Amino acid sequence: MSHDLAHIDEAEHGTIKSFAVVWIILLVFTAFEVLLAYEQINPVIMLTILVGLSVVKAALIIAYFMHLKFERFSLFLTLFPMLIFCILMMMVFMPDSMRLVLMRTQ
Amino acid sequence: MWLFIASDSLTFSALLMAYTYLRLASPEWPKPFHFSPSIIFSSFMTFCLLSSSLTMVMAVHAMHHGNRRKTVGWILATIFFGGSFVGLHLTEWLNLINNEHMTPFSNEWGEPLFGATFFGITGLHMTHVVIGVIYLCVIAFAVGRGKFKYEDVETAGLYWHFVDLVWMFVFPLVYLMSAKI
Repeated sequence: MSHDLAHIDEAEHGTIKSFAVVWIILLVFTAFEVLLAYEQINPVIMLTILVGLSVVKAALIIAYFMHLKFERFSLFLTLFPMLIFCILMMMVFMPDSMRLVLMRTQ
Repeated sequence: MWLFIASDSLTFSALLMAYTYLRLASPEWPKPFHFSPSIIFSSFMTFCLLSSSLTMVMAVHAMHHGNRRKTVGWILATIFFGGSFVGLHLTEWLNLINNEHMTPFSNEWGEPLFGATFFGITGLHMTHVVIGVIYLCVIAFAVGRGKFKYEDVETAGLYWHFVDLVWMFVFPLVYLMSAKI
C-alpha cells in the first residue's frame, strides 16, 4: 500500500459539487444502458456500445473518485498504458468467437 | 494500492473476456433475466454501489479536512450501501438457485457454461465487496478512535472505488446482455 503517492493540495482536490455531478452522470449512463438492453440489436453491436459506455464510466470513476486527475501525471503513465495494452491483447481472441458462432450455426 | 488495482483489474478483465468470448460464440446463450425481479434488483444494486462510491469520496474529503467524526459517518454510510449490495445480491443468487434451478454446471435454458461464468464472475466480485466492507469497518473503527492518517482512508477509498468500477463492467455484460426481452 503506497502512502507516499502525491499528497495533493486543497484547491486541486475536487469539490463536493464536482463529485455529485459525476455521480449523477454515472447514474444517467446506467439508466441508458438498462434502456438499451431492451432494444433488439445484434449482440456484437450491443456489446460494443455497452462496453464503450462502461469504459467512459470507468474513466470518470478513475479520474474523479479515485482522483487520478489530480495526481502526478507520471502515476498515470506508470499504470495505464501497460494496463490498456494488456487488455487490448486479450481482445485478439474476439474475432475467433464470431467465427465459431458461424461454424456452429451452419 | 494502485499496483494491486492494476493486477486485479487484469484478473477481472481476463474473466470478462472469457465470458464475452463464450457469449459471442454460443448461439444458444440463455437470456433468463426477467425485468422483474432480476433487472430491477441489479439496477438497484448498481445504484447502491454508485452511491457508496459517492459517500466514500465524501469520507475522504472529510478526512482531508481533518473532520474525523464526519469521516466515520460517511464510511458507515458506505458500509451500509455495500452491505445492502451484498444482501440484494445474495437474495438474487438464492432466487436463481432455488426458484430457477440454476447451478454452476447446469441450467434449464441451454448453454450450461452460463451458470459457471455467472457465478464465477459475480461471485468473485461479491468476494471483493465483502472484503471491502470488512476493510472499511476496520478503517471506520480506527479513525473513530483517533488512529490512522488521511492516506489510510484514501487508500481504502481507492479499493472501494475499484470494486465499484468492476461492477460497471459486470452489470452490463452479465445482466443486461442476458436480459429477457
